[in-house]
Amino acid sequence: MKNLVEVKNIKKNYGKNEAVKGISFSIKEDEILGLLGPNGSGKTTTIGMLLGLLKPTSGEIFINGQKLEGNRIEILEQINFISPYIELPKKLSVKQNLTVYGKLYKINNINERIEFLSEKLRLEKLLNNITGELSSGQKNRVSLAKALINEPKVLLLDEPTASLDPEVGDFVRSFLEDYKKEKKISILLASHNMNEVSRLCKSILMMKDGIIIDKGKPEELINKHGRKNLEEVFLKLSRSKNEPN
Amino acid sequence: MSLTRMYGLFLRHFYLITRSFPRVLDLVYWPTIQITLWGFISNFFATHTTYYNNAVGVILTCAILYDFLFRTSIGFNMLFLEEIWSRNFTNLFIAPMKIGEILTSLVATALIRALIGLIPAVLLTSPLFGISILDLGIFLFFLFLSLYLFGITLGILVSAGLLRYGPSFENIAWSTMFLLAPFGCIYYPIEILPEVFQKIAYLLPLVYIFEEARNILINQTVDIQNIYYAFLWNGVYFVLSIVLFYYSFNVAKNKGTLINMGE
Repeated sequence: MKNLVEVKNIKKNYGKNEAVKGISFSIKEDEILGLLGPNGSGKTTTIGMLLGLLKPTSGEIFINGQKLEGNRIEILEQINFISPYIELPKKLSVKQNLTVYGKLYKINNINERIEFLSEKLRLEKLLNNITGELSSGQKNRVSLAKALINEPKVLLLDEPTASLDPEVGDFVRSFLEDYKKEKKISILLASHNMNEVSRLCKSILMMKDGIIIDKGKPEELINKHGRKNLEEVFLKLSRSKNEPN
Repeated sequence: MSLTRMYGLFLRHFYLITRSFPRVLDLVYWPTIQITLWGFISNFFATHTTYYNNAVGVILTCAILYDFLFRTSIGFNMLFLEEIWSRNFTNLFIAPMKIGEILTSLVATALIRALIGLIPAVLLTSPLFGISILDLGIFLFFLFLSLYLFGITLGILVSAGLLRYGPSFENIAWSTMFLLAPFGCIYYPIEILPEVFQKIAYLLPLVYIFEEARNILINQTVDIQNIYYAFLWNGVYFVLSIVLFYYSFNVAKNKGTLINMGE
């Protein structure tokens, strides 16, 4: 399996504040990598750099073998992002929103793609509804459809199931598992839901104060730190001094 | 440059306008009120002053021209602000759109927004006040083009500020036109301004546009030099605004404004 994402020693400073202090990692195709860490640990900054919204102070990012710097547009065609903190235009219908983003990503058969995603994400009956009038769960599925409109090779997920009820949350997780398996895509998942991370992620990065303090498979980390579950590992590492384990 | 992507961004705003009757009403309402008000003021001045009595429509024509400038500039700002208000900003900037494509699409959409508001108001002036802006002849096109260029230039400058400083720059977005209006000599000749202000006014394309509109309507002559200087200054400010926008985009990428926008 080749690496679809390669991050090499990236740093990000905001003035004197070092938000990310030189981290490196890679994500293989058909892999979900969990990115964990307390608030302010540098997760959002890292995702921002992967999306080309933030320029690293130093270091390099490669997506599907292409360097992000200098190939921003070509790379953005291959990735997408979902976060509860960004929304689609509320006054447009679901179909209008997906059509707009289909055009922005230059999708050839937009209607077929919308039909496919609607069926997969149970959106058929919502296509003509106003996006702003949907429930949280429905909006989440629409955002997911937007994030998949360009058949991304790399998907970045920031708290993808935050504020969802257990049934919708489970549906989204199952969908992501199946979609990743079917399309062999790479997923970076930033989440505070440890059950979700345990279920979906093959490996995990733990960040704190801008550095990676530990990494490994969920069960490896649990055994290594002598804890019962990932949540306890998270609490232990969050409260520890910032020394890589 | 991809036409499909630019059309996609245009569609986003087209859907927004056509889905909302209050938005269409808002586009048409203010120009109509503004022009009706200036129509009556124009009539009053035309019958009570010697300066305007040879050209009844001078003030009203200038009011229409100014409103077109105002609508274009505000229209461009609105398109940018809509993305911030709807928290869609990040989605737009992670889509594979070049900055040039975003700007071109917004520039075209701003024109359509301005025309939706202005055309009904202009059509009203003839039956209500017996005045037609078409009296400016073929030069009307050049004056409109010049105002359109300056309007989008101001829009791009304000959007650059929004990129650089975030939503807190919004108040400036609403006030730029009011700041420049006194120097634009929209309703009065430049001689009215104090000498220092005149020097500033001559650095803006507006004064050449409105002086020329009055010149055509009052003296029935055309001074090509005014039109030339208007385009010259427009070119300078337009290029400057584009450079500033790209600069602000890079600053925003360094400062992280793009990921915090809308919060």
